[in-house]
Amino acid sequence: MQSPVEGQTAGRAVPVAGLFGGGGRIGFDQLKIVTLLFLVIFVVYSLVLPGFFSIGNLLTLMRTVAVLGILGLGMAIVVIGRGIDLSMIASLAVPSALVLMLAAKGYGVVPALAAGLLMAVAIGVLNGVLVAYAEIPSLFTTLAVGIGVAGIGQIGLFDYEIVSWPPELDVIVWIGRGSVFGIPYSVLAFGAVAILIGVFLRRTRPGMFVYASGDNPGATRLTGISLRPVLVMQYIISSCVAFFAGMVLAASSASMDTRIFNLTWIYDVILVVVLGGIGLSGGRGGVANVIIGTLLIGTIMNGLTIMNVSFEMQNLVRGLVLLVAVLADSLINPRNEETSQQGDI
Amino acid sequence: MNKLVKFACGLAMATMVGAATAAVAQTSMGDPLRESYYSNLKGRKVVFVPVFMGLDLTEGWSKIMARQADELGYSYEVRNSNFNTAAGAQTITSLISEKPDVLVVQNPDVQSYAKLLQQAEKAGIHVIQLNMKTNYQTTGFVGADVELIGEKQAEAAVAKCGGGDQPGKVLVLAGPPTSPFSAYMLKGYENVLNDNAKIQIVSVQSTGDYESSKAKSITQVVLQQHPDLCAILGVWDNADVGTAAALQEAGKKPGDILVTTSGGGGELACKGLREGLWQYYVSYDVPGQGRDLNALILAAMQDKNEVGSTKTVIYTPLVTYTPETLGDERCWTLDTLR
Repeated sequence: MQSPVEGQTAGRAVPVAGLFGGGGRIGFDQLKIVTLLFLVIFVVYSLVLPGFFSIGNLLTLMRTVAVLGILGLGMAIVVIGRGIDLSMIASLAVPSALVLMLAAKGYGVVPALAAGLLMAVAIGVLNGVLVAYAEIPSLFTTLAVGIGVAGIGQIGLFDYEIVSWPPELDVIVWIGRGSVFGIPYSVLAFGAVAILIGVFLRRTRPGMFVYASGDNPGATRLTGISLRPVLVMQYIISSCVAFFAGMVLAASSASMDTRIFNLTWIYDVILVVVLGGIGLSGGRGGVANVIIGTLLIGTIMNGLTIMNVSFEMQNLVRGLVLLVAVLADSLINPRNEETSQQGDI
Repeated sequence: MNKLVKFACGLAMATMVGAATAAVAQTSMGDPLRESYYSNLKGRKVVFVPVFMGLDLTEGWSKIMARQADELGYSYEVRNSNFNTAAGAQTITSLISEKPDVLVVQNPDVQSYAKLLQQAEKAGIHVIQLNMKTNYQTTGFVGADVELIGEKQAEAAVAKCGGGDQPGKVLVLAGPPTSPFSAYMLKGYENVLNDNAKIQIVSVQSTGDYESSKAKSITQVVLQQHPDLCAILGVWDNADVGTAAALQEAGKKPGDILVTTSGGGGELACKGLREGLWQYYVSYDVPGQGRDLNALILAAMQDKNEVGSTKTVIYTPLVTYTPETLGDERCWTLDTLR
C-alpha cells in the first residue's frame, strides 16, 4: 500500500530516474559517446581481426568481463548515491574465501554461505554507518574498511592467501563454471544482477531514493526521506553484490586469491562505472551505463589479447580510453554551477 | 702353537680394551668450535622482506628460517611488503638505519630494490636475495635458476608438440613483465623454442601479478582463436589453476593440451598433477631452498670480512614432477616442514 505522500515522492523522482536512458537536457551524453566508441571499435575489430566476430569469441569476451560487470553494478548504486565503495574488492575476496574455507572444513554448504553473506552484510553496515551517521567521507571510510577487512583475512583467517575451491562446494560450482545453451553461467549471472539492479533502481521506491540522495541530499531530506538508512542500504547492497561476484569468480577460477585486494581491480571497477557515464557527482546513470562500459573494456581487452599486445601496452590503452571518454564528456557537457558544487570526490 | 694363539688373542683383547678406553676419553673432550659458534649467533638479528606472506612459498621459507633462529637463539622477523613495491622499499630504507645483521629479500622485480640493497650492504648489512633477485649481486642469492625452468618447460612442450606435420601451437603465460620470473623464464623458453620450426608461439601474455582469473581469461581468448592449441607454458602453479579451469570449461580432458608450470612443490603441485590441472611441473623445492638459505644466513653471520666482499650464488636443485613420477615425489605442507 502506498500512502499518497510517498506515492507523490516516488512520482516526482521519476524525471530524475529518466536520466537513466541518457535523455536528459543534453542530447549527446557520455553514454552515447561510449556506445558510439564501442560500436566503432567493435566494427573495426570485426573487420580487421580474424576470429573476433564469432559467437564463441563474443561469449568468451563476455565471460572475461562478467565479474567486472557485476562489481560495476554494485559500485553503480553507491556512485549514483554520491558515494564510492573502495572496499568492494575486500568484500569480494574475504567473505567468499571464508565460504570456501568453511565448506572445506566440513561445515556444510548452507552454513558456509550464510557466514559469507553475514560477513558481507556486516561490511556493508560498517561502511554505511560510518558514512551516514559518523559522516566520514565515503572515500576514506571505504578505503579504511577495505584495508581492515583484507587485513582480517591476512592475519590468519586463512592458511594461505589463495584458497582453493573445495569439492564440498561442487554443488554450486555452476554459478561460475559451465554454460547453459552455450551461454556461460557467469554471463547469465551478470545478466541476472543487471536485471535485478535495473528493476531496483527504476521500479522501486528505495531505488528512487538512491537517485534522490545522490542528486541532492539536502532536498531529499527536506522532502521527508530518511537519508541515512538509504545510504546504509547502498553500502549493504554493494558489498553483497561484491560477495556474489566473489563466489562467481571463485567458482570460475577454482580458487579465491585474496591478494587481489592489493591489485588494481578496484580501479577497473571505477573505470567501468565512470566510462559508462555514471557521474561521480551522483544522481545520474544506471544499469545501461555499466553494461556499455563493461562491454567497451571487454572488447578492447579481448582484441588486444588476440593481437598479442603486451601487458604494459594494454594498460596504456585502457588508461587512454578512459581519458578520452572523460575528456569528451567534459567538452560536450561542461560543468555548470550545479555540478561543480557537488560531491566529495 | 696353542700358546701362541692364546697370546695373540690376549694381545688383541688388550688392544681393544685400550682402544675403548681411549674412545671414552675422546668423547669427553670439548668441541673447540661450539662456544664461539653459539655465542656469536646469540642476539643477532635476521629480517625477511617478502613480496607477500600467505603464499606457500613465503610461509614455507619463513617457517624454516624461524625454526633455525629459534634453535640458535638469534632473532628473526618478517616485514611483509604486501605486494606493494613502494611499501617494500620503505621497509628496506628503514631497515638500513635499524641495521639488522642479515636482510633476506624477495624482490618483486629486477630493478626496484637494487639501489637500496647496495646501500644496505654499504651500511654493513648482509643482504641475501631469495628466489627473486635484482640485477645487483649481494652477499648471497638462493633460488631457482629460472632460465633453466623455462628451458625444461619448453623441452616438455617440444616433446609433446614437435612431432606433427604442422608446427605445434604454444601459449606462453608470464608474470609481471619486470619480474625475474617473467624475464628469465621467457629467455629460457626462447633458448629452446626460437630455432625450433616445429613449434609456433601463438601468444605471449602477462597474467598481471600472477592472477589466476587473468590466466583463465587469456587462455579462453587464445583457445578461441587457436582451437588446435597444443601446449601452455605457465609461470606459477597458483596462477595456472585458472589456466586449467579455462581448459576444463572448454571441454578439454587433462592432457589434451599440455600444461606446464612451476612452483615451490607444495601440496598444490601434487593436487594439480593428480587432478590433471597440469602434466609437467618444475619444483624449486622450498624445503631444500630453506636449508640452503639457512646455511647462507649462518655463513653471513660468521663472515668477518667486509660486507659484500664475498658473494655466493646458490641455484637450488630443480625437481621435475609428471603424473608418472607422482608416486615417488612427496609434496610438502607447512606441517611436514622440518
